[in-house]
Amino acid sequence: MEAAAQEKLVSVINEKFEDAIIEARMDKDFFTLIIKKEKIVDIIAHLYHHTATQFQYLTTLFAVHYPDQSQIAMVYQLHNLRTNQRIRLKIFLPADNPTTPTLTTVFSAANWMEREAYDFFGVIFQGHPNLKRILNVEDMLIFPMRKEYPLEDQTREDKNDLMFGR
Amino acid sequence: MEASADIAPKVIREEKQYSYLNLGPTHPATHGIFQNVLKMDGEVIVDSTPTIGYIHRAFEKLAEHRPYNQITPITDRMNYCSSPINNLGWHMTVEKLLGVQIPKRVQYLRVIIMELARITDHLVCNAVIGVDTGALTGFVYLFQQRELVYEIYEEICGARLTTNIGRIGGFERDFSPKAWEKINKFLNEFPVVLKEFENLLKRNRIFMDRTIGCGGISAERALNYSFSGVNLRAAGIDYDVRAMNPYSSYEDFDFIIPIGTNGDVYDRFMVRQEEMWQSLSIIKQAIAKLPEGPYHADVPEFYLPPKEDVYHNMEALIYHFKIVMGETDVPKGEVYHCVEGGNGELGFYLISDGGRQPFRLHLRRPCFIFYQAYPEIIKGSMLSDAILTMSSMNVIAGELDA
Repeated sequence: MEAAAQEKLVSVINEKFEDAIIEARMDKDFFTLIIKKEKIVDIIAHLYHHTATQFQYLTTLFAVHYPDQSQIAMVYQLHNLRTNQRIRLKIFLPADNPTTPTLTTVFSAANWMEREAYDFFGVIFQGHPNLKRILNVEDMLIFPMRKEYPLEDQTREDKNDLMFGR
Repeated sequence: MEASADIAPKVIREEKQYSYLNLGPTHPATHGIFQNVLKMDGEVIVDSTPTIGYIHRAFEKLAEHRPYNQITPITDRMNYCSSPINNLGWHMTVEKLLGVQIPKRVQYLRVIIMELARITDHLVCNAVIGVDTGALTGFVYLFQQRELVYEIYEEICGARLTTNIGRIGGFERDFSPKAWEKINKFLNEFPVVLKEFENLLKRNRIFMDRTIGCGGISAERALNYSFSGVNLRAAGIDYDVRAMNPYSSYEDFDFIIPIGTNGDVYDRFMVRQEEMWQSLSIIKQAIAKLPEGPYHADVPEFYLPPKEDVYHNMEALIYHFKIVMGETDVPKGEVYHCVEGGNGELGFYLISDGGRQPFRLHLRRPCFIFYQAYPEIIKGSMLSDAILTMSSMNVIAGELDA
């Protein structure tokens, strides 16, 4: 993304949401914006409808757990298919209570992506139409992709499978 | 007469009853482990609730506990109809993180393999559309050709279905003369067969009546659902990663991106069909323009040294040990790389904290994203159309559940 386009994008966000951008930088080939968590859905909706940006394609939506900072990052990647620009927006949520509004109001595709983020990281999306586990079993108690959960411990003794070994 | 008039209103007054049908998890018509609880009004689907995750294998978690070169076999198991694309997409992601310059020859060889994989992927899907509309002939006939492609894979990497093809930085060996022979054989034989298959279905009145207007989705809805690949192009949007963000020298080749108009089963079939022709053309161009040069880049930390060097050369021994034990550190960074997989934009979001394993690897699986539109697409259609819609969207369970 060229510098002019980056400035344009930042100004589009700033004209409606002042001080929402914490940091703007290039990450390899991706223009990355770190955003204050409160306004994320409004900003994405603004970028979706604004004639100068029109980011109308949601490429990815997923969570990352940073145990050292005790934070969960939500990463949104948007794509403008007309001008072929891609941007990445990030917000950081506290790991003990990760709550953020749902993006399903803007993108239908966010439905399962958010369910996946909930399933693996426990991020609560307020206003989501059907926030329940999607890939794991429903009676699972933990959010398995968080860093505190290791892969299955091979020395476990509470499972005893004589037929197939462990 | 009066007695029957008494009975008649009673029947009408009875409340409408819906029946519930469990389609799946293991139903032969769904070509994989999918469950859909269908709310049916007679044979019309009123509503459906998909359940997924039956073959979830926690790839993203597994990847956080493996060195980079050991993640390649995991990616095989996503879209197993075109696993080389997954493998090479992953290699390119790591190369992007490392900032390695890949020789032109490797890029062209990769294009050849990826296009072969695209052909097999589309071929299976289109053949299965034929099966679900009642034409088993094309399926059996095309699978012979898929076998030829699998023999090419065998010649290049030794495996057939889950290929684990290539290495980070290139290929473990150059294509052998036998491999070239097989590729040429395939290029000679396949167009004839594909043409025959096309003649079987393309203008077949029964097939057209069955598929046109079945399982359609509008371009707006497809975009809002983040469709990609054939399903999006069939709806009329010309988004192809190969053209928008060329990787592995795709900018050197001429090809057409076919698009449909209605996004229905017939359009998807036709787009896939045309893409196979385009893939054939790309392979021919790549072979014609294939440059000379090394078949791997200079990345000693990831590319295994020749075995003789390991025995006689200290450096090579160290690198060999480090690679085999998975002890190579990588630079810190965050990269997103996407390739045009069999089903659409296959993305790898890799976060490295400088360790030996990824800090986080997110896999953008196109199937997972577009399958959520399935209830909306099949609403109001017949049960048999729902099955046809699923097979024409090419929903692959391995990619869906990861």
